[in-house]
Amino acid sequence: MSTIVFIDTRGGKLPKAAQEAVTYASQLEGGPVTAVTFGDAQGLETLGAQGASKVVVARGVSTVDGQQLTKLVCDVAAAEGATTIVCVSDATGKAVAPRVAARLKAGHVAGTIGLPQGNRFTRNVFSGKARAQVEVTSATRVISLSPNSIPIGTGGGSATVQEHAGDLGPSRITVKELRKAGSGIPLPEAERVVSAGRGMKGPENWGPVEELANLLHAATACSRPVADMHWRPHHEHVGQTGVAIRPNLYIAIGISGAIQHLAGVNQSKVICVINKDPEAPFFKAADYGIVGDAFEVLPKLIEAAKKLNAER
Amino acid sequence: MKILVLISQVPDTTARIAFTNNNTQYDANGVTFIVNPYDEWYALVRALELKEAAGAGSVTSITVGGADNEATIRKALAIGADDAVRIDVAALEAYQVACEVAAYAKDKGFDLILAGKETIDFNGGQVGAMVAELLDLPYVPLASKLDVAGTTATVERDVPGGVEVLELQLPAVIGAAKGMAEQRIPNMRGIMAARTKPLTVVPSSNPASVASTVQFELPPAKGAVKMIPAEEAGKLIELLHTEAKVI
Repeated sequence: MSTIVFIDTRGGKLPKAAQEAVTYASQLEGGPVTAVTFGDAQGLETLGAQGASKVVVARGVSTVDGQQLTKLVCDVAAAEGATTIVCVSDATGKAVAPRVAARLKAGHVAGTIGLPQGNRFTRNVFSGKARAQVEVTSATRVISLSPNSIPIGTGGGSATVQEHAGDLGPSRITVKELRKAGSGIPLPEAERVVSAGRGMKGPENWGPVEELANLLHAATACSRPVADMHWRPHHEHVGQTGVAIRPNLYIAIGISGAIQHLAGVNQSKVICVINKDPEAPFFKAADYGIVGDAFEVLPKLIEAAKKLNAER
Repeated sequence: MKILVLISQVPDTTARIAFTNNNTQYDANGVTFIVNPYDEWYALVRALELKEAAGAGSVTSITVGGADNEATIRKALAIGADDAVRIDVAALEAYQVACEVAAYAKDKGFDLILAGKETIDFNGGQVGAMVAELLDLPYVPLASKLDVAGTTATVERDVPGGVEVLELQLPAVIGAAKGMAEQRIPNMRGIMAARTKPLTVVPSSNPASVASTVQFELPPAKGAVKMIPAEEAGKLIELLHTEAKVI
């Protein structure tokens, strides 16, 4: 009995979500943990701190082809005799985990949000309006972990790093272009998010939103109308049809809180709503609220955040 | 071009969420069901656009579910699908649904299989990828743009910090997200035509069950919102630090 955890480490560094997944795998009590990844990331031995005893890496592989990555995961799982396979519920994981499950005729828990109770895994359903407990009945289980579900473990030793030698077959998907629209913190794994909506009146007014986000080490996000009007790039759109996030802190400025927006953010631990309309439905879902004009409230928040940062 | 679109029936976006039978089943009492928006607005409409642009081909919708799915299947036909298939078994979990779809599609020669990126009830986003695996086809999730030239598909998708442009050869499975197409409202002619378009009911291929949802629960209720006067807005930052401890 052993556990495999598949992580995407493209970009050369170990993403937070990957470290969370390794931590999670080591807490599942599914035997020794082998992390599986691909590409050129360095420092993979440090995943030992999160509980991996071994890291298998397919060097020289840079692919978005789920079929190649599925072969990688299944080959390592077979070599290690793994009965538990953990993935991250992100764009890469979504192209791989269900495929691995189908190939191994294994039950898949899509996007669990914590450790199981016995054999029951909890996941959000109905766009965060309810939770479901899923039981896997097959001998092998595939578990995808939502980002921000578990604190990153420390204190383990160093993992041995081993190169994967096997052939992954041809890539059937090629990346033609990657259009970068921004740097900053990736939204799905951000712990803090500052988001703004139509209340900002125009793209030229986003300066204070970005400044506040910087001061709080937060990612920036926006509502659907803002993305649709091209005030902000589409990858910043959070909500039912955009990205679903669950940060520790979500600050919404000038967003009324339509049900479709709430569906993407209602799993945030602390929600702050700033809106000049006291009847905005978002206040019902908020932990903290300020009724006021964004252009008057934002400078006060920025000033307070500067003061706090100076004191720390 | 021969296109298959996976259609799922889901509770309306604004439907009340409640459970019955000791919280083991969704309480469908009084709930209006709709075509899953990702399947309808993006996957189905883009399939129709691609067929129209090619000037030839067909768009087939496929649904796994009982006879109570008839209304949503007719909606897909009214929007413009040429024919519909219903696998006659209750849809219980992703792997089962994927096996049913794959068993039907495997020898039909579809060039393109489109699914919504997820359903708005179970939010799993698994079926498209599983169908692709079972049929040994490439799969791209979360596609916000899809173009086809000959047998080459170009797909765009939002990734953290930007947009990725991918190219792959058909046949393939694509998971459709917002941006791929605009919603089409069926017109009266479409609605009339849908009544006579072919709906084939296919028996289940009886796939194995590997997982099941055993219990539902509503999330813990939120406490009351703490209001802060706008003049003292800076206090919010203080509270987030000392009380909520998130900054």
